[in-house]
Amino acid sequence: MSTVVDTFRFVRNQQVEALPPPNLARGPIAWIRENLFSGPFNTILTLVVLYLLYVIIPPIVDFVFVNAVWTGTDRDACRAETAGHPVGACWAFVIDKINYFVYGSYPVTERWRVNIFFALLALGVVWLLWLRAPRRDLGAIYFFWLFPILSYILLTGGDADFSNGFWLGFIVLSALIVAGFGAAARFLNAPVKPAVLIGAGIVAVIGITLALLEADWGLQPVPTALWGGILVTLLVATVGIVFSLPFGILLALGRRSKLPIVRMASVIFIEFVRGVPLITVLIMANTMLPLFLPGDMTVDRLARPLIGVAFFASAYMAEVVRGGLQAMPKGQYEGAMSLGLNYPQMMILIILPQALRIVIPGIVNTFIGLFKDTSLVAIVGIFDLIKTIEASRIDPNWAAPTISYTGYAFAALFYFVFCWGMSRYSLGVERRLATGHKH
Amino acid sequence: MQTPSVSQASPPKRSFLYDPNVRGIFYQTLLVVVVIYLFYMAATNAIENLRRAKIASGFGFLENTAGFDISQTLITYSAAGSTYGEAFVVGLLNTLVVSAIGIVFATILGFLIGIARLSSNWMVRKVSMVYVELLRNIPLLLQLLFWYIAVLGPLPQPRNSVEMGAGFFLNSRGLFMPRPIYASDIWVLLTAIAVGVVGSLAFRTWARRQQAQTGRQYPVGLVTLGLVLGLPVAVWLVLAVAGANPISFDMPRKGTFNLQGGMQILPEFVALLIGLVTYTAAFIAEVVRAGILAVSKGQSEAAGSLGLRPGQTLRLVVIPQAMRVIVPPLTSQYLNLTKNSSLAVAIGYPDLVQVFMGTVLNQTGQAIEVVVITMGVYLTISLLTSFVMNIYNRRVAIVER
Amino acid sequence: MKKALVSIAFGLTASLLATGASAQATLNSVKQKGFLTCGSNTGLAGFGVPDAQGNWTGLDVEFCRAMAAAIFDDPTKVRFIPLAAKDRFTALQSGEVDVLARNSTATMSRETQLGLDFPAINYYDGQGFMVRKKLGVSSAKELNGASICTQQGTTTELNLADYFRANNMKYEVVAFATSDETFKAYDSGRCDAFTTDASGLYAERLRASAPDDHIVLPEIISKEPLGPAVRHGDNQWGDIVKFTHMAMLNAEELGVTKANVEQMKTSDNPEIKRLLGTEGKFGEAVGLTNDWAVRIIKHIGNYGESFERNVGEGSRLKIKRGQNALWTKGGLQYGIPIR
Repeated sequence: MSTVVDTFRFVRNQQVEALPPPNLARGPIAWIRENLFSGPFNTILTLVVLYLLYVIIPPIVDFVFVNAVWTGTDRDACRAETAGHPVGACWAFVIDKINYFVYGSYPVTERWRVNIFFALLALGVVWLLWLRAPRRDLGAIYFFWLFPILSYILLTGGDADFSNGFWLGFIVLSALIVAGFGAAARFLNAPVKPAVLIGAGIVAVIGITLALLEADWGLQPVPTALWGGILVTLLVATVGIVFSLPFGILLALGRRSKLPIVRMASVIFIEFVRGVPLITVLIMANTMLPLFLPGDMTVDRLARPLIGVAFFASAYMAEVVRGGLQAMPKGQYEGAMSLGLNYPQMMILIILPQALRIVIPGIVNTFIGLFKDTSLVAIVGIFDLIKTIEASRIDPNWAAPTISYTGYAFAALFYFVFCWGMSRYSLGVERRLATGHKH
Repeated sequence: MQTPSVSQASPPKRSFLYDPNVRGIFYQTLLVVVVIYLFYMAATNAIENLRRAKIASGFGFLENTAGFDISQTLITYSAAGSTYGEAFVVGLLNTLVVSAIGIVFATILGFLIGIARLSSNWMVRKVSMVYVELLRNIPLLLQLLFWYIAVLGPLPQPRNSVEMGAGFFLNSRGLFMPRPIYASDIWVLLTAIAVGVVGSLAFRTWARRQQAQTGRQYPVGLVTLGLVLGLPVAVWLVLAVAGANPISFDMPRKGTFNLQGGMQILPEFVALLIGLVTYTAAFIAEVVRAGILAVSKGQSEAAGSLGLRPGQTLRLVVIPQAMRVIVPPLTSQYLNLTKNSSLAVAIGYPDLVQVFMGTVLNQTGQAIEVVVITMGVYLTISLLTSFVMNIYNRRVAIVER
Repeated sequence: MKKALVSIAFGLTASLLATGASAQATLNSVKQKGFLTCGSNTGLAGFGVPDAQGNWTGLDVEFCRAMAAAIFDDPTKVRFIPLAAKDRFTALQSGEVDVLARNSTATMSRETQLGLDFPAINYYDGQGFMVRKKLGVSSAKELNGASICTQQGTTTELNLADYFRANNMKYEVVAFATSDETFKAYDSGRCDAFTTDASGLYAERLRASAPDDHIVLPEIISKEPLGPAVRHGDNQWGDIVKFTHMAMLNAEELGVTKANVEQMKTSDNPEIKRLLGTEGKFGEAVGLTNDWAVRIIKHIGNYGESFERNVGEGSRLKIKRGQNALWTKGGLQYGIPIR
């Protein structure tokens, strides 16, 4: 029986907004419950961590900010008994010494040259690391050829004094190289002209480099004994990267070579260097390098650890590059060979550009390690940032209880900013490459 | 007919120089010649330079009296009677001791932090991440220098030593503790320990077999603890009651300057150990995290559906599989720790580099020999470890099939 | 191939970085270079220390400046190469430095086995100990059981072992690679005593956070004749080093000072005349000019002046002349006559 229901019937013709879920399932409280107090064990963990943070964080904040001394000219500002309040970090000390930490004893009037070096370095690094930068091939030439020359001239003052005999020898050697290229081409029934041109090109590049180094640019010479601080830290790192990448690639190619002796030599070198601590390599470079050179030759004291670091970093770089080479599908090699490319052409045009691209994160990580390791040159008496801090913290003018901690905090901040920045960069590249491979 | 067409048909004659084999031989010969030349030059220069500087050569110096003292010696060593060779052994042992202890602690800390980085607890996760990022991005040398003043700074002078009871003292010269002196009947105790170890191993094997057959579980951990620790302690107590004490202690006591007697742990050692452990742990944590992430999620879900608790899942299912991924990089971290212990030279801990490449090299001037020996030691350690690792890897790989 | 490239590159680098210091007479090569390279301390107040701008001061530094003055009439024509204790002799042997003025002890083995010469002794020193006053120690003989901070790779480390053995005392040695680290460890309370050459003790004490809290013990446990060193075999160069020092000593003895050297040229005293080159050709005999001593005194002063300015009463070190007084005043500094 159908009845007419006369009660007012309401049918909603629009959907109502969904109610927010109850507060305990979402929102900050729920989040906290889920992530921090989801069970007895987790609750205990959270409480323990909170307690740890309570113990650690406030003193650090007090030290770095609250009780820190920002202005002052000598130790009185940073001693609790003379300052009249508890003293945390003595940033006044860092401010007072900052020029020493950055330039070492580099002559004050010449420090603009160091600043230009920093700028050139930044330019090169950005050019190479920014994946969308224009003309990164030119960037590579800049970073691995022009930039080292410019830096050498700027920092030392150039005017390397080659003797006439040296130039004579160079000319003879050049002629021999060009003739050798020509002869080889002749022998191989290849066109002689391009070969001679290649030979002449190599000779010309070396000659220009040498001429640039010898030219008198009117800069006051600054002996390396005066260099110090962040300048030296960055210099060691730069030399490490500039030399280790090409050498590392050569070693990696050598290790993957089909020629047994080449392979063996590469393996021995790489495994030897990776098996010993850097500090022993540095001590070796410091004490033994002079012994291995003819009696009338000496190597600049700063150059010795540079050579040691360059060799050391090359071995690690070689392993990174090898990883990239191994990751290349075989088809790439076969494709290149089927096009009739010879070994150098195949490597330079096909394999290396791809292989190096996928190991950028590895290269950057190696570089982070290298950058941290540059601090070890302090042990062999090179005035890098850590050594300048070590030398400054015993300055009696600044003798105060927190000076050492302040100096180390400054250095830690410096290294952390650089290394952490680089590791973020390498993570970013890794993500980009990962997406690139998926499609 | 003319003949040229015939000669054209035959393959063009190429110089034998295009033969890859010939080129290979050429390049390799060139390499060998260059390397030999470099070595020859270096060697002749070195001989000439050494002759001119009148520096002796050869390894005879190892027999000479050292004449200097070392702060931490694990073997009997004195400036008067010991040789450079013994100084070398002292340094080597010090390196090995700090590395071995460092590896143990770094592994424990590293695993804890690595697991913490994957914790479901947000705060634990973030704190461990901050720890890892902070320690990985600051040079170890800086951390060591920091720990050295951080350890040394707050400690009191010897006269105000902190007495911790039971013969333990703490001051700026280090931590002092009673030194055990072993009596002649120590062998009873050693036998008890040996019996305990062997017994617990046997029990473990038996319990395994029982579990495989019957599914029953036995308290292996408790029994092991009882056998390895309890048995020797019981034997010791019995001996002590019987009046034949196998171990007596040389207690540190106050002297004019410092505590005399007892055993001393140097602040340099502590600072180096803390620095190496905390630094390496950050790297091990990343290795562990990557290893655990490499175990597919299905494994832990399956373990969960079998009714295993999260702790058991981690211990019995995830970690054993993760170990395959973890162990190779873990080994290289161990090697890094051993190599990094050479930074001891910066804070005055007498390790191999500090004693041998530092003092001995300076006193004798025989740079080549000293450098060769020191590098040889590290190289041997590295190669031995790689060798063992390769064997291990092969075994793991077979198990995987 | 790659190794060949490496070796070429290496050779190039080496040749770029190398500076020639050949077996030819050191004086000629120095004149040719236009400056003197002098191995100096990495930083020891009073003897050789650079300030933040790289200006060097100190007794040893002034010795090198005196040589530059004698050769070039310009005391600034010196390049200082700071050398750690362990690198100093190799640097000299390899020709990296022309003269090593770095408070180095002259010993027989260094002369005979390392191929060095110590032509002159410009500071007579001995190894001593520094302790905190509040320890209440007044003699090194009371140091039984003490912890002692020392620098490794020096004769100090060996003397220390000898001394404690000879006196049948025990000690704990804490050795560091550099003097900075060593002293900082002592200053922060790691050791009871700090040992090095007595002059070094006075210099380092200035760097203590509270210099007056420390005393230098009276015992001198070794002989440490400190002087500039040169390579064995170049006698002309050795003579220049030797007589640079002797000229400064004789000048002091004869009362010739930086201030009055020009007037003294007119002196009638034959000894002064020979020293200042107005009589005889002593300078030319060693390859210098005859007014070589005038140049030294004009730019640097006599030994006494240099001593007072750098380490004596005029300096912060306040070291007494003691053994370093002239022989006429009971000291050991005895200038060989210039005749």
